[in-house]
Amino acid sequence: MNAFPFISLLTAVPLIGALGTLSFGARNKNFARNLAFSSSIVALALTLVLCYRFDSGSGELQFQELHSWIPAIGVEYHLGVDGLGLVMLLLSAIVVPMSIAASWQVKEGPQLYFSLILFLQAGLFGTFTALNFVHWFFFWELSLIPAFFLIRLWGGPQRATAATQFFVYTMVGSVALLLAFLAIFQCTNSFDFISLGELARNGQLIPALASKLGWHRLAAEIIALIIFCGVFLGFAVKVPLIPFHTWLPPAYAEAQSGTTMLLTGTMSKMGVYGFLRILLPIFCVEMRSVLTHLLWLAVATIVLSAFAALAQNDLKRILAYSSINHLGYCMLGIFAAARFTGDSAALATDKVAALDGVILQMFNHGLTAATLFWFVSLLEKRSGGLRGLNDFGGLRKVIPVFCGLMGIALFSSLGLPGLNGFIGEFLIFRGVFPLATWTAALAVIGLLVTAIFILTILQRVFSGPLNERWSTMPDLSIGERLALLPPIAIMFVLGLYPQLVLGVINSTVVKMVQQVRY
Amino acid sequence: MLAWTIYISFLGVLALLLPKVTPRAARIIALLTAVGGLATTLGGFLHRSDGTMITIIRVPWIPSLGIEYHLAADGISLVLLLLTGIVAIAGVLFSWNIEYRTKEFFAFYLALIGGVYGVFLSIDLFLLLVFYEIAIIPKYFLIAIWGSTRREYAAMKLALYSFVGSALVLIGLIAAYVVAGGKTMNLFVRPRFPFPLHFQMWAFPLVFIGFGILAGLWPFHTWAPTGHVAAPTAASMLLAGVVMKLGAYGCLRVAMTLFPRGLDSWGFHVLGFGSWRDVFALLALIGIVYGAMVALVQQDFKFVIGYSSVSHMGFVLLGLMTLSQVGLTGAVLQMFSHGILAGLLFAVVGRMVYDRTHTRDLAMLDKMHLYKFIPFAAATFVIASMASIGLPGFSGFVAELQVLIGAWSAFPLYAIGAGFGIVIGVAYTWRAMQKAFIGEAEGTSADHSLPPISIPERVGTLVLIGASLVIGLYPQLLLKLVIPALNSPLFSNLRKESW
Repeated sequence: MNAFPFISLLTAVPLIGALGTLSFGARNKNFARNLAFSSSIVALALTLVLCYRFDSGSGELQFQELHSWIPAIGVEYHLGVDGLGLVMLLLSAIVVPMSIAASWQVKEGPQLYFSLILFLQAGLFGTFTALNFVHWFFFWELSLIPAFFLIRLWGGPQRATAATQFFVYTMVGSVALLLAFLAIFQCTNSFDFISLGELARNGQLIPALASKLGWHRLAAEIIALIIFCGVFLGFAVKVPLIPFHTWLPPAYAEAQSGTTMLLTGTMSKMGVYGFLRILLPIFCVEMRSVLTHLLWLAVATIVLSAFAALAQNDLKRILAYSSINHLGYCMLGIFAAARFTGDSAALATDKVAALDGVILQMFNHGLTAATLFWFVSLLEKRSGGLRGLNDFGGLRKVIPVFCGLMGIALFSSLGLPGLNGFIGEFLIFRGVFPLATWTAALAVIGLLVTAIFILTILQRVFSGPLNERWSTMPDLSIGERLALLPPIAIMFVLGLYPQLVLGVINSTVVKMVQQVRY
Repeated sequence: MLAWTIYISFLGVLALLLPKVTPRAARIIALLTAVGGLATTLGGFLHRSDGTMITIIRVPWIPSLGIEYHLAADGISLVLLLLTGIVAIAGVLFSWNIEYRTKEFFAFYLALIGGVYGVFLSIDLFLLLVFYEIAIIPKYFLIAIWGSTRREYAAMKLALYSFVGSALVLIGLIAAYVVAGGKTMNLFVRPRFPFPLHFQMWAFPLVFIGFGILAGLWPFHTWAPTGHVAAPTAASMLLAGVVMKLGAYGCLRVAMTLFPRGLDSWGFHVLGFGSWRDVFALLALIGIVYGAMVALVQQDFKFVIGYSSVSHMGFVLLGLMTLSQVGLTGAVLQMFSHGILAGLLFAVVGRMVYDRTHTRDLAMLDKMHLYKFIPFAAATFVIASMASIGLPGFSGFVAELQVLIGAWSAFPLYAIGAGFGIVIGVAYTWRAMQKAFIGEAEGTSADHSLPPISIPERVGTLVLIGASLVIGLYPQLLLKLVIPALNSPLFSNLRKESW
């Protein structure tokens, strides 16, 4: 179990990079960003080694590390990855260098900026691998603080409000989550996700909660539901689900694009990851008892955010709402997979399809959304900060390469077959239709509206009469083209051969579905 | 060995009172004394593998009354001695710039430290009270002579509150002495005496409130913010960092072990309260939430920290009232953690910011964009405030975590209320941090000639952050002392089935 500590090493790389950038970067701007970039590349390389050594045939947790930490309160240093964790690690490892490249020209205090990004990466790596609540919470919170300062110090004009709103919302969620887990610990003496999942499967969790927390003669199910709500709130704010989303559009819009790439590409995945790793195995019964409401929330998230995106005028805000919309599909898949289906093998296959789709969608959305925000930042750089939907027009004629590549990313986000976005959404709908037919049908409205707002972007920005102001806008430089090549290439590769990711996650998902069968 | 912490401190006082001590020498003497105290504590700390009570010295003092000079330490005392040692060193480092009557300043400072060490080591209750009173006098002078805003008022208020508190304690203890037959007030012996239930029922709240006043128990907390604000930096650090812990320590060590049945159910309900435990738990919760809410609207930077102390001490008292191992452990850890972090916060506000800008008004600081000029102070404040609102990885988290775990089973609704308090805590620290350091308001950026952060300040900061980080990442260091101490026979009367 405690073989070579790969994952600890992986988490340590960005931490060391962050400290190095912070302490040695003050003298020389170039040095700071080179150091940060190379440290993120080392992390990527290590992640690839991890992928290579990962046994994708097994759905078990691998590379586990287990050490005693605070025995008095059941805290252990417990790490491990399965297919889900691995895909998330890979996503973070890919998005962070992209984000650093996108903020290459950051003006004020580059050493602080880049070290905050690396701290954030360490937080992400930790969150996606920790298996003990306290250990996991440590990283969950650790990632919050750099994100706050990235928004607060380098953001746009409304940054103070946006950053505070972001922080307070997430903190409220975190405190609810923390309180809920403390109550669970008080009743079960365990902080370990795996053993809590087992307790829940054996049906011991609810009686344990009820016997220790028998307040005011509430029924056992109600107590469990209250605890569930605390955990749910923590994740729902992070994803976010409507109506807990209001922090998101200002935060995404005000943050510098490099930061937004991280927020949408990786941090929003922390919430979805929490749903998959924690909520689904431990609180499956409670999820079922309020399943209808949850499905409505997912539908509301998908449909309302798509309409909201349609009503926006600012490219970043459109993409922000589109992020909510895309993660809504993930939520839909997860909630549908929680449905009780007994021993039906056919429905179990549907669940596998839905969850496969969810994880794929997490990866795809992370990549695509980060790339799109990158394009917006490049556009902003060329237009002197303008990014309104109506500020442009006819750019196709002036900057064809830019428009072509961004068009690919937009179509990927829309879910065009052949690009990565399609297969995730397809699998989700393929799984959800048999499990929750009406919900899936309603969610399709979201798909249609998404198509409308993405095509609107294409029309207003790229086509139409040329806005003369931009007739001299420079196209992508060679360096920018090269930098954008890898994410675009991954979009094609995954679109044509999704098996690359599906192969890694499938066993994990099959195991997950077995676990929620009870 | 540990007794030398007291003696070293008072020897330091004597050395400072020698004629011809220059201010520079005074600083060095004070620093050496503080380091000596910490070194002695660390020596004792490393020798101990468990936390049971071990007598250090025991000689008769007033035999006719059964009063002894009896010092002893268990895990809980050790943790607090360690805290005192660390904060004492940091306090000296952060008062390196005191020029006015330097000698006297450090003499009072060390006397206060000596008194505090004495309280944490005394096992004879009369001796404990003697040290307790010794600690009050220097506090008064430190504030009245070297203080700022309304210092005479604050010093007087603090002294009066402290004396009222110790008077309450004295009444309770003398009554106990008489009821028990007047032989001894030794904590080794006396808890075994079966005080009658009705006696414990009124003596417990008396003594608990007496000590609770110093611990910032709402509604007797009002001395704390004014005192903290008026005091010079080092004194605020000690007041918030250590002196408030004296109160909490007294609540645990004296009130709760001597009169454990005072916590039992009354057998009837008044306004929903069934026991003193319910009453004090509610007061603690009110302290947490009220302190945080008041901190949220302060205009004076130091008042924000002052009220935050009330809020954080509420966690200690709530932890005590859970009467479970995990809750009490959390309370002791929170004493340690708050001591370190409140010390650091006061150092940032009082020394790094106020001594440079000569203002603590958040509206003024808002215009100064301080993070550009003293980034070290800004970074320290961010770390310290994050740690004190319970960022995992720092000591505050493990402490609050355990208090809340304990609270879930004892008072579930209060656990939720305390969570609410944490959220307000985030809001007030964030508001203060943004206004003080990364202000948005237009205005004259501070005159660009702020003196840079000096070496002693940096060292002091590192010591305090290091201590919080070490305990946050490896709380086992303290837990292995605190838990056996709580499971020792001394606390046997507190342990019920829900322990």
